[in-house]
Amino acid sequence: MERTAWTDRRIELIVGNLLRAGVLVAAAVVVFGGVIFLARHGREAPHYHVFLGEPEALRTAPGILREAASLRGREIIQLGLLLLIATPILRVAFSMVGFALERDRLYVGITLIVLAVLLFGLAGGHV
Amino acid sequence: MNTYELTLLVWLGSLLAGFLGALTGLGGGIVITPLLTLVFGVDIRYAIGAALVSVIATSSGAAAAYVKEGFTNIRIGMFLEIATTVGAVAGAALATRLPASSLAIIFGIVLLYSAYASSRSPAQHGPADRADRMASLLKLGSTYPTAQGTQPYDVHGVPAGFSLMFVAGVLSGLLGIGSGAVKVIAMDQAMHIPFKVSTTTSNFMIGVTAAASAGVYLQRGYIDPGLAMPVMLGVLMGSLLGARILPHVRTPRLRLVFAVVVAVLAVEMIYHGVTGRF
Repeated sequence: MERTAWTDRRIELIVGNLLRAGVLVAAAVVVFGGVIFLARHGREAPHYHVFLGEPEALRTAPGILREAASLRGREIIQLGLLLLIATPILRVAFSMVGFALERDRLYVGITLIVLAVLLFGLAGGHV
Repeated sequence: MNTYELTLLVWLGSLLAGFLGALTGLGGGIVITPLLTLVFGVDIRYAIGAALVSVIATSSGAAAAYVKEGFTNIRIGMFLEIATTVGAVAGAALATRLPASSLAIIFGIVLLYSAYASSRSPAQHGPADRADRMASLLKLGSTYPTAQGTQPYDVHGVPAGFSLMFVAGVLSGLLGIGSGAVKVIAMDQAMHIPFKVSTTTSNFMIGVTAAASAGVYLQRGYIDPGLAMPVMLGVLMGSLLGARILPHVRTPRLRLVFAVVVAVLAVEMIYHGVTGRF
């Protein structure tokens, strides 16, 4: 039991630091995209008071990854936001590795369920 | 007002929200949506999309600090996340079907409740508490550091806590908030988990819950990069700043002031929702 608690904590600590790094990388990408976005569109009138929805390419992970290469501001920001959304999902994935190392099959199963729901959500959550 | 000015103002507002949210423990995400809709006239769907993204940033950004303290119980968190993530996906799907005015009214009610909950003191649990069967089966009990050394604790009321977590997940997905208040109540009141363990485990869960609904929001076009950019950066910087000075300030009065602000925003949201201004 003592060993389990210790392993839990060590894995969590590594994951915690990875998460913070992930958030900082995501924030840096968002800043980079934000600078380009404001330089190009800063003088235009904002449109946030009417809901139009985002274009198709900014709605899905493959679309965002494809569009970010175009080096347009909004596309790069969206890539940063996608990285950010990925950080808790990575955390869950790492926890599963931790449980597997402890040979805790019950919690590997529980974590798999959570991971499946997360991926289902990322795919749009269409029932 | 052009995009440049609006971005700057939204960033400043989010910075303040993140800062006060970290100092008071209410979280910054909860005031972002009222701020964006009531003050800046942003459509509520864009507002909840941006707020949800900022919730993930605060949760993941603070994870390392919380783990170091040694309170987070990852087994409790992971088990309950089955309920919160399923709830979050369901809530996010529901959000896309509800009219904006009903979202605003529900948001206002949840805000009012959060303001009230934040002014209450944590429950006291007797040491005589024994774990129930389900909690033992799931190995939910653990130990945590206290002033008197490492203390073991047991877990109770698993079905009640699990159901409350589903509700927390639905609210998170529906309104783009972390639902920290409901999560802490589920763990603290229903499952008799020590308060410090509840709050830190709740932080772990908030990011995962929010990620579940963020995917749905992204697909439905709720996450606008131009708006989410200043909100995410502002809340993240504000909350990191707040967490840094937290050990050096006394917060009871600040908590009260923030709770009043949240309550006023709540009434405004409900009023605007009822009069159909969304």
